[in-house]
Amino acid sequence: MPAITFIHPDGKSDRVETGDGESAMQAATRHGLDGILAECGGNAMCATCHVYVDDSWLARLPDMADDEDALLDGTASERLPSSRLSCQIKITPALDGLVLRLPERQV
Amino acid sequence: MTASGPAGSGIPHLDVDPFDMTFFADPYPAHELLREAGPVVYLDKWNVYGVARYAEVHAVLNDPATFCSSRGVGLSDFKKETPWRPPSLILEADPPAHTRTRAVLSKVLSPTVMKQVRDRFAAAAEARVDALLEKRSFDAITDLAEAYPLSIFPDALGLKPEGREHLIPYAGVVFNAFGPPNQLRQEAIERSAPHQAYVAEQCQRENLAPGGFGACIHAQVDEGAITATEAPLLVRSLLSAGLDTTVNGIGAAVYCLARFPDQWQRLREDLTLARGAFEEAVRFESPVQTFFRTTTRDVELSGVRIGEGEKVLMFLAAANRDPRRWDKPSSYDITRRTSGHVGFGSGIHMCVGQLVARLEGEVMLTALARRIAKIEITGEPKRRFNNTLRGLDSLPVTITPV
Repeated sequence: MPAITFIHPDGKSDRVETGDGESAMQAATRHGLDGILAECGGNAMCATCHVYVDDSWLARLPDMADDEDALLDGTASERLPSSRLSCQIKITPALDGLVLRLPERQV
Repeated sequence: MTASGPAGSGIPHLDVDPFDMTFFADPYPAHELLREAGPVVYLDKWNVYGVARYAEVHAVLNDPATFCSSRGVGLSDFKKETPWRPPSLILEADPPAHTRTRAVLSKVLSPTVMKQVRDRFAAAAEARVDALLEKRSFDAITDLAEAYPLSIFPDALGLKPEGREHLIPYAGVVFNAFGPPNQLRQEAIERSAPHQAYVAEQCQRENLAPGGFGACIHAQVDEGAITATEAPLLVRSLLSAGLDTTVNGIGAAVYCLARFPDQWQRLREDLTLARGAFEEAVRFESPVQTFFRTTTRDVELSGVRIGEGEKVLMFLAAANRDPRRWDKPSSYDITRRTSGHVGFGSGIHMCVGQLVARLEGEVMLTALARRIAKIEITGEPKRRFNNTLRGLDSLPVTITPV
């Protein structure tokens, strides 16, 4: 199974094994990772699973849908060009090794 | 309990009436019975299928093509019966029609908009605590759970000051009407005319103050997103579902924190837990207990065959305490990871006002916990009975200031 790495604001990192067909958010919450709230449970409605995608990976992710784009305007931490909602990043074998940075705040 | 009948062989038939007063008074033993009987049950009283385990509730919520909403999310099948009011364009709609109206309300109630109203909501919560500290002893439902949302939401919507007393009764009718034709539903609808007239009037563009949520919905007509006849009905959705739900959500949180003083102390020590304390109360009490869906085709759900055109009752509250999904489900724990609970639903129909509810809950609990040392229940809590909503009618408390 592909594994992905979350880097916390303090620089510590967590490497997480993903399950079949999981989103990055689901993998994070299943492992009890701090820093991903996912209040809406993965329905692209709350913007509390915000991540910054590592530059080297950004172009390799599928394009975001309009609803994700709109939600990112309301994130608690600043929206950057690398901002995505982790519930909308479905982990495929091609994303093995993906690096995601966590924002300071989710609410 | 297990019998073959119209609902097919092998499926457990239960004679539980989930809309009966004795059920409402203490639903938990019945929830357990429903969950443990099987993944799908048949309720002979109303001739409906029921799901009470988390996995099945979540599955039904997330398959709107098979389990549709356009035939009504109550017991009444809109294909066979005339709805008591014109159907909602969002709650009682399926894609693709639902997709367009949903996008409009999502935009009006987005995280960006919440940032704009946050300071106003927080200031009103502080003002509410000021008033409560003056009183010391009060009814936590009337003076807190109702008074706080009433002090912000109608203004945020842009409603006129006159007639707001219709709002909570109107919502009561809406949520009673999802139930079966029992006394609660029949009486609610019989008495609904003045409330319906008020609501229909307030949904018109000229009655909504500029800058409010209502005016923002009407502005979407100018953008071409919706028509001028659709806009009032979308405003109606906020009037139906935006107030009584948060009243019961905040009431649930206060009732939990008053009953579980260790959790109250934890919150006082770390105010950043306020949002989680509210969310956990929504899981624990599930202010919205149930919704129905209608099957659009023959389907097999967890090994049970359900025919086309059948009503399926989802026990959101039972799913939120399913031990298959939750560790110590009957404990109120403000540090719990609540992500995935179905108190706001799940999937495309998940509560569009969830961000408003969380914001209200968070700022209200923060204000309470910062300035109140102790909340004591001083009298017997009285329950308010409704076919869909679970909450109290009265909760006498006394508070001790910090």
